[in-house]
Amino acid sequence: MAGTGAAGLKDATAVVGIGQTPFAKQLPDSEKTLACRAILAALDDAGISPAEVDALASYTMEETDEVEVAKAVGFGDLSFFSKVGFGGGGSCATVAHLASAVATGQATVGVAWRSRKRGSGPRPWKNTAVQLPTPAQWTRPFGLLRPADEIAMLTRRYLHEYGATRDHLFNVALACRNRANQNPAAMMYERPLTRDMYMTSRWISEPLCLFDNCLETDGALACVIVSAERARDCRQRPVYVHSAAQGLPAQHHGMVNYWNDDPLTGPAWTAARHLWKQADFTPEDVDVAQIYDAFTPLIPLSLEGYGFCGRGEGGAFTEGGALEIGGRLPLNTSGGGLSEAYVHGFNLINEGVKQLRGTSTAQVPGAATCLVTAGEGVPTSALLLRT
Amino acid sequence: MLTPVVDDDGAPFWEYAARGELRVQACAEPGCGELRFPPRPCCPHCHSFDSEWRRMSGRGRIWSYVIPHPPLLPDYAAQAPYNVVVVELAEARRIRLVGNLVSGPDAPLNSVAGERIRIGARVQVVFGTGVGDGRDGPRLPRWVLERP
Ligand SMILES: [Zn+2]
Repeated sequence: MAGTGAAGLKDATAVVGIGQTPFAKQLPDSEKTLACRAILAALDDAGISPAEVDALASYTMEETDEVEVAKAVGFGDLSFFSKVGFGGGGSCATVAHLASAVATGQATVGVAWRSRKRGSGPRPWKNTAVQLPTPAQWTRPFGLLRPADEIAMLTRRYLHEYGATRDHLFNVALACRNRANQNPAAMMYERPLTRDMYMTSRWISEPLCLFDNCLETDGALACVIVSAERARDCRQRPVYVHSAAQGLPAQHHGMVNYWNDDPLTGPAWTAARHLWKQADFTPEDVDVAQIYDAFTPLIPLSLEGYGFCGRGEGGAFTEGGALEIGGRLPLNTSGGGLSEAYVHGFNLINEGVKQLRGTSTAQVPGAATCLVTAGEGVPTSALLLRT
Repeated sequence: MLTPVVDDDGAPFWEYAARGELRVQACAEPGCGELRFPPRPCCPHCHSFDSEWRRMSGRGRIWSYVIPHPPLLPDYAAQAPYNVVVVELAEARRIRLVGNLVSGPDAPLNSVAGERIRIGARVQVVFGTGVGDGRDGPRLPRWVLERP
């Protein structure tokens, strides 16, 4: 099925296995143990032996390295391994890198994973000794300390420039929570959210409140990628990698993008251009979306970037139940980072696969196409999956 | 309080700040002269490695702001809720500096109430005597309202 040139990746590979551990504020297992459990579960789901794995991909802030994972799980000889930069921006790129490796014959069975103890482990902004990348000298002394503060700064400007409101952000939080209330594996399964709870919750960084922020989670996930040909012999219905892209815009500055000429057009715009250029369908044809939601405002910004609406229209897009099941674009159907688990976006990949297998706890009837995105606001990546 | 962890490219900014001057790196290539921030080794427009530090008027407008609440690092939590602003410079609106809106050069981070801050407000740079109690750390550019 693989062609040449830019179309070389299109449907040439498929996700054939997914696995995950429980999600909780605190799990007894180490990150390494959680990683091994998720990977073995994904391989078992695919019906593929660990000894057949010859490619790995992960993304930065992953503390379980390739050597440790390969040795513990019992992989074969590896001929491809890749670690993508920029934390949550790298989630979808892991699948993209493995798809490229498999499509070009560098490997035959690839595994991507994410393991985190963010719920019970340390957070970088709690440690005064840790200085995050280059721009820190221009921001942290002034008390712009946490990712929430950095995104809140963009959010205030976004609300000011386009007349978006906190109700729009609430629509995002509610859609994710409603889906989590359908998903027994979600941390917020039995915890409904109301507008009153949202509007009266404590501030984290004005204009962002508690419910605009993702969860702190312990847990791990993994998925398995093989060629489309091999996928036909696997246990599960193949979910094809239709298009994939990374995005690092010219003059981009990371989450503190205030030095860019246009800080409100983030990496999503760059990734989207490449993603759609290679696809056989358009945003109109997307049945369900899993959009990186470390913070609620990333959803309207991403809806604009990926072309679901015009610039400045992301807030209004969320009105009228558009993000709910039965709406224009059912969103984050496992509950996402806001309400299922914040595992640096990897749960969004696995949920995209479940939707296209028809096995989601909040199934969109007949879903055949799914957009999955990685963190917006940092150099990012995205996938179009299809049945 | 956190003090700037300075790199080679950023060092001149902090040296000028210690003298109470707000300067921004500019390309020194004749015919180019593009301002750039944060500082970096070469000009993305003409690729010259020659740069100079151009003095700014210190006037600007608030582009956006946030009010952080705990959990925060202890020194910041002690002053929370406080403000952090992004100021776009009058001379070059795409040069935007992160800072704090304060009532005076050495006033605390929370000395201007959040309700008094608005996007578009005109501000002027001031320099405190130094970061922290010892008053011997780097001097940070801070911002006061032109019309308090
Ligand atoms: Zn130049």
